[in-house]
Amino acid sequence: MLVLLCVAAVSFGLMMLSPIDPVDAYLGPQMAQVSPEQRALIAERWGFDASPAVQFRHWLQQLLSGELGWSHIYHQPVSDVIGQRVHRSFLLLGGAWLLSLALGILLGIAAGSNEGSWLDRLISGYAYLTASTPTFWLAMLALLLFSVTLGWTPTCCAGPTGVLSQEVTPLTRLHHLLLPTLTLALLGVATLTLHTRAKMVAFMRSDTALHAFAQGASRIDIAWRHGLGHASLPAITLAFASLGELFGGSLLVEHVFAYPGLGQATVAAGLRSDVPLLLAIALFTALFVSVGNLAADGLSRLTDPRTRRSHTNE
Amino acid sequence: MSSQPRLIAAGYAALLALLALLLLGSTAWLGDSPTRMQFAARLLPPSPEHWLGTDALGREVWARTLAGLALSFQVGLSAALLGTLVALSLASLAMLSPLLDALVSLLIDTLLSVPHLLLLLLIAFALGGGTEAVIIAVALTHWPSLARVLRAELRHVHHAPYVAISRGLGKGQGFIISRHLLPHLLPHCLVGALLLFPHAILHEAALTFLGVGLDPTQPAIGVLLADAMRYLTGGYWWLGVFPGLGLLLMVLAIERFASMLREVLAR
Repeated sequence: MLVLLCVAAVSFGLMMLSPIDPVDAYLGPQMAQVSPEQRALIAERWGFDASPAVQFRHWLQQLLSGELGWSHIYHQPVSDVIGQRVHRSFLLLGGAWLLSLALGILLGIAAGSNEGSWLDRLISGYAYLTASTPTFWLAMLALLLFSVTLGWTPTCCAGPTGVLSQEVTPLTRLHHLLLPTLTLALLGVATLTLHTRAKMVAFMRSDTALHAFAQGASRIDIAWRHGLGHASLPAITLAFASLGELFGGSLLVEHVFAYPGLGQATVAAGLRSDVPLLLAIALFTALFVSVGNLAADGLSRLTDPRTRRSHTNE
Repeated sequence: MSSQPRLIAAGYAALLALLALLLLGSTAWLGDSPTRMQFAARLLPPSPEHWLGTDALGREVWARTLAGLALSFQVGLSAALLGTLVALSLASLAMLSPLLDALVSLLIDTLLSVPHLLLLLLIAFALGGGTEAVIIAVALTHWPSLARVLRAELRHVHHAPYVAISRGLGKGQGFIISRHLLPHLLPHCLVGALLLFPHAILHEAALTFLGVGLDPTQPAIGVLLADAMRYLTGGYWWLGVFPGLGLLLMVLAIERFASMLREVLAR
């Protein structure tokens, strides 16, 4: 809660710092047709003559009463803009999250249980490579290969152009979602794989694994019967904790694929200085990331008694 | 045997230094080739005359890519150094009193709960864009994780016997920080800065790609890729593939060097 308030204060402060005049941004190209008196009127109507502290308090009050403000680039209340886009973004984020989790655990266990083998080297090499790959470049390559050259997937948006969003069938929707989700998932896989691999390497050297080996269990048996449970919970925890990175990636992926979700709205708001929208999204993602961190904390406390003890000690 | 990793790391360092020199010097020997337009040679695919092809204004992609990498290198280096400096000063500040410590922790938690890229967007917006704004924005978003490591490390040394002896001898807090704590932290800072470096480069490129970073007239990698986006549906693959590949290789090289150095120093 305190962190959320701080996020609000920091992002509000940053907006105040901005040299871009909100009245100019609102007027856009009509700037030249408006007299200084009219500008002063607009500024007064919006409360820009008050001190930043008063403005901040006012904004917080509005926020608590559920009033997020008006987005001038979409000509809609901010809550509507977010409401229309949030489910599309959640589809993308959720799909990518689940996929990267499944792939990360799978690859991590495969690599970690065969430490030093060619499979391990291949998977680790791949993970190091994707960890250094720019998200938006990968998205561009995917778009170039699958949409432009091969023509398997559409080049943009969440549905065919010229069709109302209500009339888009779930199948077409999925078709449009496929490439962005895959791209986003591929990037999350790297850290999860390396993390799971390290856990598995440690596990395969443990007494539990030695005992299982002594009983005549095969390597694959040990990896999947014991290792899966051992390594998957830390991976899920890490995946919850890295929700912020995933959202950051979705900003770029949605931009490249012109996918009309929250990330695209964020970029548009930043480029065209839509302050209320930008602030609302910052708060929303902070909430989202905090929930993810809480889930990660809760999970690690549930599964690892040591963290529970260290918490009570403090 | 134990000297082998050190040797490899040293060799790697020399290679990277050479690369850095090459990139930083490239502005001199490239001359105006990254920006020279040849209208007779627009959007040509890679060939012996045009190594990596040309863009929509007939500019050489290879020259623009090199210039972009040099720019990324400079921006990344400045941002990583600045970020490390911020992390170090705030981590030391946190040692001075419990109140300051709580404040710094709160700031770290706050900044870590906003996705990097969104925070970058907010800061770049607040500063109005441009090269300095990008450097400051990247530095300001990347210090928290390093500051956390440094803070933990500081607390660890703070209770070490030699520090306790120094304190027993009546040395002041300032003396202990500058003589005992900072020298211990130096290797951590070095590795931290190096690990920040690739992140800084990637985030600078992403920010520029989105249009809120470096000036679009400069041949930055983000600008090149944003340009390539516009011609993507036409199938002009060389515009996007080569600059991105260059960026990937540079980031990968620095990343590997940083982790190798960390292993060597951890011994």
